Amino acid sequence: MSVTLRYFAWVRERIGKTEEVVDLPAGIRTVGDVVTWLAGRGEEYAHAFENPKVVRAAIDRTHVRPDAAVAQAREIAFFPPMTGG
Amino acid sequence: MATIRLQREDFDAAAEAAKITRGRTDIGAVVSFAGICRDHEAGHGVSALTLEHYPGMAEEEIARHVAEAERRWPLLGVTVIHRYGRMVPGDNIVLVVTASAHRTAAFAAAEFLMDYLKTRAPFWKQEERAGGTAWVDAKDADDAAAERWEQRSGRDAAE
Repeated sequence: MSVTLRYFAWVRERIGKTEEVVDLPAGIRTVGDVVTWLAGRGEEYAHAFENPKVVRAAIDRTHVRPDAAVAQAREIAFFPPMTGG
Repeated sequence: MATIRLQREDFDAAAEAAKITRGRTDIGAVVSFAGICRDHEAGHGVSALTLEHYPGMAEEEIARHVAEAERRWPLLGVTVIHRYGRMVPGDNIVLVVTASAHRTAAFAAAEFLMDYLKTRAPFWKQEERAGGTAWVDAKDADDAAAERWEQRSGRDAAE
């Protein structure tokens, strides 16, 4: 399944990319599964997700929790807790 | 009715508030809140802030909370403007204007929108300070401020 991953703030800086298109391996069902898979892709990803509880996610521009299903996702974004306003 | 804008440019808070009331006589209360870049944070100096955002989602997330504010209070006008890019102390960052017949709704809706903007709208601040740059950590106090509204909606639902 092909999906666009987008990264913001220090997640983006640590990974060194703003976005990428990836094919998620079979067996990945939730956002948490994607994080675990990404963290194993290299040092930069491991650094970005070293404390996975801190990183937030959105599927198709809507906030989601780690147990959210990714089957229908076109775009999954990962970012730190928000600090706007 | 609601105006939502994300922009790099500055805004004029007074002009935005005036736009909401122009030509209307049913509005009895306008609350205008401007968030401004300050020169210090937790004891250290701040020389500039850069606001990063998630284009598309930021607008949608703000629109969802404006719609929620309009469900909760009898609002007659709402404007939310959030800037992105680099700002220096004294610069405007965010503007929330709410209008209603009476002050209670206008004050509450403005506070609700700001509390949610801080914790749910996809923006991230990076500070420039002596020795380099640092991403601003989310504050527990902001989460607690946003959560008050969840508790209130839970209580409202139970009544």
